[in-house]
Amino acid sequence: MSKTVSELVSELGLEALALTEGERELKGGFTGDLLSYVMAHLRSDEAWITIMTNVNVIAVASLTDAACVIVADGAEVDTEVVQSAVQRGVNLLRSNASAFELCKGLAQIGL
Amino acid sequence: MSEPYRMNFTVDGENFTSAGDASGRVKKALRQLGFSPEIIRRVSIAMYEGEINMVIHAGGGRAEVSVFDDYIEIVLEDDGPGIADIELAMQEGFSTAPEQVRAIGFGAGMGLPNMKRYTDEMTIDTEVMKGTRITMRVKTV
Repeated sequence: MSKTVSELVSELGLEALALTEGERELKGGFTGDLLSYVMAHLRSDEAWITIMTNVNVIAVASLTDAACVIVADGAEVDTEVVQSAVQRGVNLLRSNASAFELCKGLAQIGL
Repeated sequence: MSEPYRMNFTVDGENFTSAGDASGRVKKALRQLGFSPEIIRRVSIAMYEGEINMVIHAGGGRAEVSVFDDYIEIVLEDDGPGIADIELAMQEGFSTAPEQVRAIGFGAGMGLPNMKRYTDEMTIDTEVMKGTRITMRVKTV
């Protein structure tokens, strides 16, 4: 069953820091914090769950064509990172849940 | 053969914030030229890893991307310390990146392996204390 990023936001109660392309369809998920590891393994149209919040996360999400970034554990995100997400057209979301809980949530909504 | 479409960039060695600017611009240009998302993804990730390497290890450098009839070529050139042991550098997990680089999520020892993974050809010309030149090609046909 496919889900859009906007549906993900409402069903998991995520905070949308930058929702630039809410209609984008999700094809799965990936979690990781080592940026090169993510670049090696994250596939297009996946939700990327991470606790990293520096501006390079936005570049990696854009270049790997991730459907969205979900920042776990309510990690702090600087304004310049949000601005970069808007500029690059990256969906940037946040939750107080842990990466593990977010993965469970993705599974529960059918991803 | 027609003249290739070329893009040239200077990679700023001072900060990680602007790293990704060149690959972002390449991504946009390749999209306008009508390449498939998979080709764009491979070229832009390979280029980004190269940019990051030049920022971490070489104090910046130069990049040129050329679009030929049947492949895209990325040439990255720097005047950094060179790579002493290429075989070791190509091993996943091996890294000489400093701690502050690891703290922002880089330095996993996967930069060069990723560049090889996402391109069809990669050659490394390097000389210790002189610099490194990496040429990568992605076939488009």
